[in-house]
Amino acid sequence: MSRLVAFAAIQGGYKVVAQVEGELEKALQTYDASTKIGFPNTAYYLPVIYSLTGIKCETLEDLKKPMKFARGLLPPHIKGSNHLPYLGPLLDAGMAGIFAYEVKEALRILREPDFYVDTEDPDIESGKIWVGPANDIILRKRGVEFVDGSAPGFAAIVGAAPNAEIAKMIVEDYQKKNLYIFCAANHNGKTVIEQLIEAGVQVGWNTRIVPFGPDISSAIFALGFANRAAMAFGGVQPGDYRRMLMYNKNRIFAFVNALGDVGTEWAVAAAGCVNWGFPTLADTDIPEILPTGICTYEHVVANVPHNEICQKSVEVRGLKINITQIDIPCSFGPAFEGERVRGGDLYGQMGGGKTQCTELVKMAEMNEIEDGKVTVVGPDLKDMKEGGTLPLGIFVQIAGREFQTDFEPIMERQIHHLINYIQGVMHIGQRDIAWVRIGKPAVEKGFTLKDIGVVLHAKFHQDFKKIVDKVQVTLFTKQEDVDKLTATARGEYRTRDERVDKMTDEAVDTFYSCSLCQSFAPSHVCTVSPERTGLCGAYNWMDCKASFEINPTGPNQPIKKGKVLDPVLGRFEGVDEFIKGASKGAIDTYNFYSMCQAPMTTCGCCECIAAVLPACNGIMTVGRDYTGETPSGMKFTTLAGVMGGGASSPGFVGHSKFNITQGKFILGDGGLLRMVWMPKVVKDEIRDRLNARGAAMGVQNFADMIADETIGITEDEILPWLKEKGHPAVSMPPIM
Amino acid sequence: MAEVTTKVEKVVKLADPMEASIEPSTQEMIRRAQKMGIETVFDRAVTMKPCAIGLQGICCKNCAMGPCRLPLPKDGIQGEDTRKGLCGATANTICARNFVRMIAAGAAAHSDHGRNVAITFLAAARGDVADYKIKDPIKLIQIAPYFGVATTVEENGVVKDRSIKEIAIAVGEKAVNEWGKTSGTLDYLKRAPQPLQDKWIEQGVLPRNVDREIVEIMHRTHMGVDQDFKNLMKQGTRASLADGWGGSMIGTDLQDVMFGTPSPLQAEANLGVMKEDHVNIIVHGHEPLLSEMIVAASQSQEMVEYAKTKGAKGIQLSGICCTANEVLQRHGVPPAGTFLQQELAIITGACDAMVVDVQCIFQNLANVAKCFHTKLITTHPIAKMEQDNVIHIEFDEHHAMEDAIRIVKIGIDNFQKRGADVMIPRHKSSQIAGFGVESIKYHLGGSFRGDYFTLNDNIINGRIRGIAGVVGCNNARTKHNEEHITLIKELIKNDVIVLTTGCSAIAAGIHGLLTPESAAVFCGPGLAEVCETVGIPPVLHLGSCVDNSRILLAATEVVKAGGLGNDICDLPAAGSAPEWMSEKAISIGQYFVASGVYTVFGYHMPLEGAPVFKDYLYKGMEAMYGGMWDCEPDPIKHAHKMIAHIDKKRKALGIDKARDRVLMDMADRQALGME
Repeated sequence: MSRLVAFAAIQGGYKVVAQVEGELEKALQTYDASTKIGFPNTAYYLPVIYSLTGIKCETLEDLKKPMKFARGLLPPHIKGSNHLPYLGPLLDAGMAGIFAYEVKEALRILREPDFYVDTEDPDIESGKIWVGPANDIILRKRGVEFVDGSAPGFAAIVGAAPNAEIAKMIVEDYQKKNLYIFCAANHNGKTVIEQLIEAGVQVGWNTRIVPFGPDISSAIFALGFANRAAMAFGGVQPGDYRRMLMYNKNRIFAFVNALGDVGTEWAVAAAGCVNWGFPTLADTDIPEILPTGICTYEHVVANVPHNEICQKSVEVRGLKINITQIDIPCSFGPAFEGERVRGGDLYGQMGGGKTQCTELVKMAEMNEIEDGKVTVVGPDLKDMKEGGTLPLGIFVQIAGREFQTDFEPIMERQIHHLINYIQGVMHIGQRDIAWVRIGKPAVEKGFTLKDIGVVLHAKFHQDFKKIVDKVQVTLFTKQEDVDKLTATARGEYRTRDERVDKMTDEAVDTFYSCSLCQSFAPSHVCTVSPERTGLCGAYNWMDCKASFEINPTGPNQPIKKGKVLDPVLGRFEGVDEFIKGASKGAIDTYNFYSMCQAPMTTCGCCECIAAVLPACNGIMTVGRDYTGETPSGMKFTTLAGVMGGGASSPGFVGHSKFNITQGKFILGDGGLLRMVWMPKVVKDEIRDRLNARGAAMGVQNFADMIADETIGITEDEILPWLKEKGHPAVSMPPIM
Repeated sequence: MAEVTTKVEKVVKLADPMEASIEPSTQEMIRRAQKMGIETVFDRAVTMKPCAIGLQGICCKNCAMGPCRLPLPKDGIQGEDTRKGLCGATANTICARNFVRMIAAGAAAHSDHGRNVAITFLAAARGDVADYKIKDPIKLIQIAPYFGVATTVEENGVVKDRSIKEIAIAVGEKAVNEWGKTSGTLDYLKRAPQPLQDKWIEQGVLPRNVDREIVEIMHRTHMGVDQDFKNLMKQGTRASLADGWGGSMIGTDLQDVMFGTPSPLQAEANLGVMKEDHVNIIVHGHEPLLSEMIVAASQSQEMVEYAKTKGAKGIQLSGICCTANEVLQRHGVPPAGTFLQQELAIITGACDAMVVDVQCIFQNLANVAKCFHTKLITTHPIAKMEQDNVIHIEFDEHHAMEDAIRIVKIGIDNFQKRGADVMIPRHKSSQIAGFGVESIKYHLGGSFRGDYFTLNDNIINGRIRGIAGVVGCNNARTKHNEEHITLIKELIKNDVIVLTTGCSAIAAGIHGLLTPESAAVFCGPGLAEVCETVGIPPVLHLGSCVDNSRILLAATEVVKAGGLGNDICDLPAAGSAPEWMSEKAISIGQYFVASGVYTVFGYHMPLEGAPVFKDYLYKGMEAMYGGMWDCEPDPIKHAHKMIAHIDKKRKALGIDKARDRVLMDMADRQALGME
């Protein structure tokens, strides 16, 4: 009965387009046509319209263009008999509706700027439960999970379940499958998000349950997020609609769950989503569209029982999900990583200033430990009163024929997210400043401290099977044991830090490539050396080395440095040969230590972007968390848009935060002393290291000479200040 | 007395309307004609039997020493075949000569049509013929590169779009040149899948220019020239490719550019589209150059008003044969009937003017018209009739609209001369027509996702078993429309989607198979579901017989969309002309075979007298081109031969078993393309 779907969707298309045309007309009468419109903190304008048509909407006037386009897409209504073909027209009507919905949301934000809270999590106490269009910071943080597969896709839920309990069941099922849950629209005034809040479920980006908005038009934010991910990480060019939609069909495994009666306004949105390859599964009796083609499998499936909707949705979308089954009483998975344990929910805690909490991973001999042995030495949660505290020492011993002491810190860093993956348990910090908070619901389900050991044992085996043969975990909860472990651990940390700090590019003959994101930025090849960690901040040289040992055919490959072609700029024969091949001829050389001459390529996932400030004779850098203007004249998102996608752009380079204070940071251009501006938040975070590295280069209290947004956001504003402070860059040789 | 008896006997030997056609309005009109004492093709088919020797294809009348006739004995030949003509020509040589001469005639008909279009197109591009314009510049830009015509131009280092006029002139010049260029091969051949082009190169059959290949057939089949049936067929193939991938394809494309590329539209079909209270003008023949103008003239306010002054409510234009298809595809003008209904349209007594151009026009129309008030107007300098009641108004594209108005006026003026005895059958059907390569692509996914992959995916998953092209004429030696309709119904019942052109398409329309509703009634569950999803009929009308080139290009698009092999011959597809009669059908059949399509003809093939040559066509061709000929008069068996071939191809592709639902993890997804 596709004809009925087509009929409804095309009607919906006319209705929505006409309605939004009216709203736009009204807005044009109320506001000046040049009034700025847009979604907060994004470089992608109205992202669906921009990505598919290339139209940049910045003012109210600009909105006329996509509306005209949408109107033009509306096909004739479907006749009852001897009708014309309708699949193409249906999809076009859907797209018209989608464009209109995006304009509608832009108009809402113009009229009610505070309708959405531009944060990761809603402000439930003050009744602001809708987060609206995610800004580019959220996009960059979360989007990469879609493209690397750690979030296999998203479920867009529209409407409301029959009751809060069912809503909770469906959403938790998706959480267990690691999917994001994007929620919009209401059914008879009720929304899934309200039901979840009622059921005590924590909503927000941190638990992957995203409350986009209360109307069907808010569902546009899900598509806008997907398309921005394709542009930011996939290198899809705005206006290349076909590639954009195919990228979504074949990379972003999303689908729609329609909970409640499907009217024409939902039908047109569902039809629009089919263009993306996103099918709709409904809990009501609507006409089905089962043949394949535009979507991977079925397009519309109806009458799906609530207890089967998750499994069925995943099957219809053709999604394989590998769920970790770990024998603990709580759910486990990345969806629970960002969940918090608030004061009211807290059962007990370890660390966080109240007690000592220390983590240590040590290599052991094969015969020294027993695999799977998890011991809690001292009291466990059952011995603790609600609201109590315990000291905690997590001591993990790993043995393996391929294991090396170099891998210890890498394994230790996993503890943070692995404990966070447990539903109802929160982990903050690392090393000897760790903090574990246990929620009441977890304890009610039967969670004990021993389960932390069970998780670490299982996941270390699963994720690192190449290097791990045996894992033994001991959890100390007696003060004297924890103190003893802490003392040993501090010694270990010191030794490790010194080893890493002393490591130089000259001291090794092998660098590592990282092509983790190459399927998204095709000509981009990261090369990681000891003194140039990966620009995403996630991979240093040691990580790459370990990754290669674990997976010899994986994204990190050893590169023999070969002949040093330019020691100052950092050019190496072996590297050049490698990147020529790996970028398929697109790039034939780059320098490790220069941003002015053939700098390294940059993908969309870089932590910071540095830009030359010619008037100041220096450089600036900006982290992805800073949304304001910078002296380069561009915000981070704009810079990333210009640079990302694997280009080598002289005058700009992507780098990690940590790299700023590494010895070789743009040494070919003068090094760290060129740094004249960075956002205050970054400066404060790395202040000590800035001063240390500055001192090593002969300048005391260097951090205080670096301008930030409180000094100015243009070169003109900061230059006098730099001169006054006697910033070394001002008197250095010309940078360009 | 004896003379009278003979006459009485003749009258008795009339066609049985129920045996002549399966179509009620045809039956009614045959009955009416017989009552009125008017003879039609159906009656003549009863009184005149086909020549038994000609039927076998082994009568050689290419020199005055003959005709030499080499019939095959009833029980075949045991041992050596010693049959020879006076010159020694074997049955194979004679049969092959006759066969390739049919190809020559067919290719000539299509290609001369194409040439006229190309010449008019060039004149239109230059602005020499005011009534013709470039209506579809997008298609012009799309085809220009195949002619090696640039669509952009560099000026002072800046790349700019070339003007449409400039592109059109360049394309027109290149196109006209295809008929007689002195070096190289046809430009459009490179539109075929590469492996197919490689096969043509290997077999040495790349056409050099359209005219030359046809002329060379006439030379080779002259007395005492080419006497090797394989070498004759090589040239036959070359000429047929010059038709399908040359003259016809250029004709179709340039017609689209000038008159608009068809897109699906609603229309009706059958004699019942004629209206008693309207001036009925029927266009019949093949070239749309004139009929396009007649459509415009008959819809003009001036002519409609003029018709009203004569007491008519308006002007009802309808068509017969492929002219009908041309104006149907682009304007929704309804076809009044197929090839075999041409006389019957006049027998309604309501046809005020029938305007004919070229191909498939019965000379008997003039005799039938004599019995009524109908004005029969010939318009083409190469197609006149000897009967004195025929009006010849030679159509000149320089005065196209003027000529069209003059013709329409004749029809209007004739309205009041109608006799009292008007009988228009009430039968007519709804239909959706107007499909083409471009519009199918759009309807498989809309402006953003339109892609033949949607079709391929449903072929791969088995909802659609395969694709059939069912085309061609009617033939008074078979029951009118029966083979077409039985065959098509059997195919769609077995989930084979049908692309149709020519009189086959008109027949399908008349019998209601071109409606979307017919899918639920006649199709297997898989095809029905796909039709329901896309909103299409299970049988898609792709136009006139020249538009068979659209089927070649659609097949090429299917190959390109992926998953079904690398060449047309890999596709689960087959072709058919169940009621063929014209030499054009043979040319079409051969270019389909040489493009890799298993092609089954109905009725009879003029090959029975030369079994070795027949074997070469039915079996030998497959190794050379991937396609081969076959013949099967029984429409059900005919369908199952096609289905068996489709199944063979499905098996070769490994899609003969149900497809598992594959669930993909990230690594699987990264291996997927993004194009």
